[in-house]
Amino acid sequence: MTPRRKRLLAVLAVLGGVGLATAVAIKAFDNNLSYFYDPSQVADGKAPGDKSFRIGGMVTQGSVARTPGTLEVHFVLTDFAHSVPVSYTGLLPDLFREGQGIIAHGRLQGGVFVADEVLAKHDEKYTPPEVAKSMKRPAAEGRT
Amino acid sequence: MIPELGTLALVLALLLAAAQAFFGLVGAQRNRQSWMAAVTPAVAGVWVFVTAAFAILAYSIVVHDFSVQYVAANSNSELPLLYRIAAVWGAHEGSLLLWIELLATWALLVAALSGGLPIAFRARVLGVLGLVGVGFTLFTLLTSSPFARLIPAAADGADLNPLLQDPALAAHPPMLYMGYVGTSVAFAFAVAAMLSGQLDAAWARWTRPWTVAAWMCLTVGIALGSWWAYYVLGWGGWWFWDPVENASFMPWLATTALIHSLAVTEKRGLFKSWTLLLAVFAFSLSLLGTFLVRSGVLVSVHAFASDPSRGLFILGLLLFFIVGSLTLYAVRAPSLKSDGGFELVSRESFLLLNNALLVAAAGLILVGELWPLLMDAFDLGKISVGPPYYNMVFMVPMVPLVLLLGVGMHAGWRRALLKSRQRLLLTLAAAAIVAALLIALVGYGGPGAPLTIVCFAAGLFVMASALIEPIEQWRRGLKLPRAALGMAIAHFGVGVWLMGVTGVVSYKVEKDVSLAPGESTEISGYTFRYEGTRPVAGPNFEALEARVVISRGGKVIAELPTQKRTYRVQKNPMTHAGIDVAWNRDLFVALGDDLGQGKWSMRVQYKPLVRYIWLGAVVMAIGGLVAILDRRYRVRRTADEPAAAPGTARKTA
Repeated sequence: MTPRRKRLLAVLAVLGGVGLATAVAIKAFDNNLSYFYDPSQVADGKAPGDKSFRIGGMVTQGSVARTPGTLEVHFVLTDFAHSVPVSYTGLLPDLFREGQGIIAHGRLQGGVFVADEVLAKHDEKYTPPEVAKSMKRPAAEGRT
Repeated sequence: MIPELGTLALVLALLLAAAQAFFGLVGAQRNRQSWMAAVTPAVAGVWVFVTAAFAILAYSIVVHDFSVQYVAANSNSELPLLYRIAAVWGAHEGSLLLWIELLATWALLVAALSGGLPIAFRARVLGVLGLVGVGFTLFTLLTSSPFARLIPAAADGADLNPLLQDPALAAHPPMLYMGYVGTSVAFAFAVAAMLSGQLDAAWARWTRPWTVAAWMCLTVGIALGSWWAYYVLGWGGWWFWDPVENASFMPWLATTALIHSLAVTEKRGLFKSWTLLLAVFAFSLSLLGTFLVRSGVLVSVHAFASDPSRGLFILGLLLFFIVGSLTLYAVRAPSLKSDGGFELVSRESFLLLNNALLVAAAGLILVGELWPLLMDAFDLGKISVGPPYYNMVFMVPMVPLVLLLGVGMHAGWRRALLKSRQRLLLTLAAAAIVAALLIALVGYGGPGAPLTIVCFAAGLFVMASALIEPIEQWRRGLKLPRAALGMAIAHFGVGVWLMGVTGVVSYKVEKDVSLAPGESTEISGYTFRYEGTRPVAGPNFEALEARVVISRGGKVIAELPTQKRTYRVQKNPMTHAGIDVAWNRDLFVALGDDLGQGKWSMRVQYKPLVRYIWLGAVVMAIGGLVAILDRRYRVRRTADEPAAAPGTARKTA
């Protein structure tokens, strides 16, 4: 093989690789992006009704209700302007608590956000920045 | 008084690091012997003062000096000694001090072990490390001093985050940082090469052991983090594609690529500018990781601080090093010609593919990592990129990579695949496929998904293929050079790791249940019976302990206690999982919440082969260690050799 052809081959291989990588990335991206909305955006109807997304807010004091003896739990997420009821079946993270900022992943079903995952951060001083921002309050207030 | 001495020590270290950078870089440029001779004492001085600062912080924590803000925020009078020491790097300020300490240690090691290098080259390497040290010491002093006072002093400390009170996590940050910071050595070698124009086989041979050492630490550090996440954080998950995990994984991928590219540069004089670029990438990705983690732009367990000035400072540092080194690269790279070409099927082309695939994986992970930040910055909505994206972009390059690895190990330099091995490799591949099918059928009762079989077969094939060379040499009574043996071990580790990943991903079973005392649940033939809870107390926590008895076919195999702990100071509950370990699986129980009516929620899991993930990583690291110890990498001091001027090529047999 002449050096020229070799170089051509190398360039083609690189281009092919990059092209393939891009195609894979775009496809994987499309399916796996999940958007974040706060309760006010959900109340305004900005959140998709047919796709899953993430919602973040503060767990309203006194809103956590369990169906006794089962893994089903209901609570209300708020950004102090609007609230969204959430239902979840499964184990809650250790730091899930009333008054704590959390993020839930799931979809809307008839006005209730049915979560398949609930995330609380692993530090009691910590409020997820997205939640802190959507609640528009000084960060210092969130500290204990 | 003592904490102020810590600040003083850091300031002195900063000045000495500046001297180290100046005498190293400018001295080499002007060829002033006396300036270059000053570099080594400066390196030693930096290490002494940084270590003093480090020791002072440790001392303040150990003796409970709660007038130091960092101590008051991250320790407590009840905290056990081990975790008081771990608290030194348990939060932002201290972890930066650890960064600087490890950088000083790397520089000291380079200074001590590189006596045989050309004087100007060595001065430049240490000068670049000095520059990095100046940046980070300045950052610590200006934005994140661990010695800041708290007036009035706290009566007691706010305690270390309970999640961090764990032996694996005490070791995870030092190991990981050792790797992160270690990439700066490869970077310094690359910059020195670009400055001096010397980039030959000798250069690659000097750089290789340092790169492998950094890679080894990264490997162990990441594995420790994953293991910790498995039993503390993740309720049994071992990798989450959390942005911070990615931040450590991208430098790992780049460093892995660099190790392989360096091999080609050493043996064949090829890929020269690519090797330099990879060294720059690896270090940049380490800095990027530090920036992402320490600036608070990422939502993560690891994000200690969200002080904007810190983020800006690190971003500035990041830009300085990336822009600076890439500019240098743009100026110098064209003059670095690779010598000669290679055949389409040769070890070179296998290593080229290795690099392309590793860098593609790192690049695609980087896209997923940065995309949400960009979207947010331009106010296009808040998104997150889910694990399926990462699984996909990681799998697609990795499966071919592992398959190519099994064959590529036996390709010769320059020429084609070794003829004598072709038959053996085909036989091994066929055997691996049969064995993979058997594992699925006999071990897990089904033919298995095609991807599962492919991955099991690839793992077995790589393990077998890695053993060919050592066994052949052993049978001939020859000793394999340590570098080749290390390579075989590390590649064997890749196979082990892949077996673990495939097993746990394909066959894990997880179940959330609610159980009253005496009730039981069953997964994968194992019966988990909940016996009841009782209160227990630890040194600085209270806990409720649930007893779960696991049996199979009526025979009791394990009795697992799992705890819900409440730490006395920080009050947040923490789950301490119960895990039963066997060679082929873990059984995992984590206690959830009191559901009322005497029932508790619990997560029970069956994790086949999960241990092999970490075992594989450890085997890879051992391979690295063996390779570093090869005699070839020992820099011989040659008395008759002149102090090489810039551009002098040193050819050694």
